[in-house]
Amino acid sequence: MKTVAEFKIEYRQILDPRGRAAGALPDFARDLGEVLRMYRMMTLVRCFDAKAVNLQRTGQLGTYPSCLGHEATHIGIGAAMLPQDVLAPVYREFGTQLWRGVTMAEILIYWGGDESGNDFAVPRHDFAWCVPIATQTLHAAGAAMAFKLRGEARCAVAYVGDGGTSEGAFYEALNLAGARRLPVIFVVVNNGWAISVPVSSQTAAGTLAQKAVAAGIPGVQVDGNDVFAVREVAARALDAARRGEGPCLIEALTYRLSDHTTADDASRYRSEQEVKDAWQLEPMLRIREYLINAGSWDPAREADLQAECARRVDAAVSEYMAAPKQSTDAMFDYLFAALPAHLHAQRATARKYGSKASGR
Amino acid sequence: MAQAWELQHDAAVVVIGQDVGVNGGVFRATAGLQERFGKDRVQDTPLAEATIAGMAVGMATQGLKPVAEIQFMGFLYPALDQIVNHMSRMRNRTRGRLACPAVLRMPHGGGIHAPEHHSESTETLLCHIPGIRVVCPSSPARAYGLLLAAIRDPDPVMFLEPVRLYRAVRQDVDDDGQAMPLDVCFTLREGEDVTIVTWGAMTIESLRAAAELASHGISAEVVDLATLSPIDIDTILASVAKTGRLVIVHEAARNVGVGAEIAALVAERGLYDLLAPIQRVTGFDTVMPLFKLEHDYIPSVQRIIDAVELTFNG
Repeated sequence: MKTVAEFKIEYRQILDPRGRAAGALPDFARDLGEVLRMYRMMTLVRCFDAKAVNLQRTGQLGTYPSCLGHEATHIGIGAAMLPQDVLAPVYREFGTQLWRGVTMAEILIYWGGDESGNDFAVPRHDFAWCVPIATQTLHAAGAAMAFKLRGEARCAVAYVGDGGTSEGAFYEALNLAGARRLPVIFVVVNNGWAISVPVSSQTAAGTLAQKAVAAGIPGVQVDGNDVFAVREVAARALDAARRGEGPCLIEALTYRLSDHTTADDASRYRSEQEVKDAWQLEPMLRIREYLINAGSWDPAREADLQAECARRVDAAVSEYMAAPKQSTDAMFDYLFAALPAHLHAQRATARKYGSKASGR
Repeated sequence: MAQAWELQHDAAVVVIGQDVGVNGGVFRATAGLQERFGKDRVQDTPLAEATIAGMAVGMATQGLKPVAEIQFMGFLYPALDQIVNHMSRMRNRTRGRLACPAVLRMPHGGGIHAPEHHSESTETLLCHIPGIRVVCPSSPARAYGLLLAAIRDPDPVMFLEPVRLYRAVRQDVDDDGQAMPLDVCFTLREGEDVTIVTWGAMTIESLRAAAELASHGISAEVVDLATLSPIDIDTILASVAKTGRLVIVHEAARNVGVGAEIAALVAERGLYDLLAPIQRVTGFDTVMPLFKLEHDYIPSVQRIIDAVELTFNG
């Protein structure tokens, strides 16, 4: 017997859980203004997320999938992307979307039960939230195919969860991306849980990054609670992909500090101790510590930032609450470019019996 | 030929599918295209139907017009997730921000002694999905004109190509880039006494039945549905208003078939024009048999004639 193939998976962490940097910092991290920009957005995401959960609890929002604990991954990826890149999110990646220009009001409008929240003013070309698990990975690969055929220096980024890596579509997308050397990055957010099923029940693979190996593409693991590491690894992968050097899979190790969604109760299936331990590693702590140690942050500035975030979130909530309810015509008018004849009568029926368009 | 025309005239068109490249497709529908337009615009995909449909969604939302071949309708099902959950609703769920101008071509129906899973007619699965068109041509000329229209349409189109027509029917087609309209029926034969609505390869048996019925003194009008969803019911109603009788012929199974929808629409809107109950002549509600029995499954000319006669003598 001889060995015909073997693999290794690299793991990247820059900031440890107490905010101490190991080794040289990437360029962006030496720019404290840029670090502050990331920290501010992470703080806004957390503030927004808590508000969204509260809105659901008080009957003012539909089921909502909290992103508590994912802020470093979301902002690290967002900051590594360029505006012309395309994002194919799952349904939890609010941080990346906010970084890219999606508004908090749009997020609330969609999760408040209205498709017009998907009509992002910016960025127009990003995909909307994707509920059927892992199907969006193929959309990202197809988008990447479009970029490649047109010779554009753009990259598609698909998110997928740890559970999503069990889906056939995920393997198919990796396979296609590898076979055609497409400019697409797959970001596996390994937050430990697919609703109630832990990663250990999902797969026997030691890492999710190694799922890239069979597709012939590089896979790398990163501390998903370390915004520096996520951004560095993602930026390197994105730059390479835009240069035509092919796809990459990034497994970001993080933890879902929240329930799966507001319809879930995670205490049914995981221990308090596990969650308590995870809070020790959460992403805000270490970046804040880093900034404090760098002399760029203090309690007064933190209080100002929290107040500013609260104001911005409240303004978004007001915008959401004031958004008019769509008329029943909206069910019909976007189905096709032009409404087929038989739907005119159904649209009229909906108008006649439907609730009147009004405020929420 | 339609694909070549569009590849030539629209830089956004890309042909994808299994074996569509050097091999030119298992039915040679893409023969010579890769040689002429290159490996970027005519490309083989990995052997995975969800990949084909999913990448078509991605390509279409980012400005391309993918024309994808599913090798047989029996292998469509892994792609249904992408069709139902994304392709059909992308425009709607983004309120028009993103759209999916994609075509999925697939061989449809039986009658050519093919192996298991290669002969099904499951258009009714597709017709139930809002947000897509389902088109089934009945001749080479109509395949050319309707495929051009499908590729040019700004929304997704499922294009079902009856396998019997690939082989049984030869016809000179003008390669003039002229599309035919979607969403309308084509009246293949005018008649006064009975309306036969059919599509795809069943137009062959239906026209033969009409010819034979003429020798019995029955004048049958044969309407090719062509676009199976949405249904052009107005043309059918006008024909039924003239003839007073309706026979619907399709190769697909009977239960909840497209024929049932046509019958329901005519019952709702044209009942008082009917002189006799509507008849359906369809495949059976059985598994499509292997090829030794396939011609016993596919409706015969005699079954159609008998159904027509029932509407006179019921």
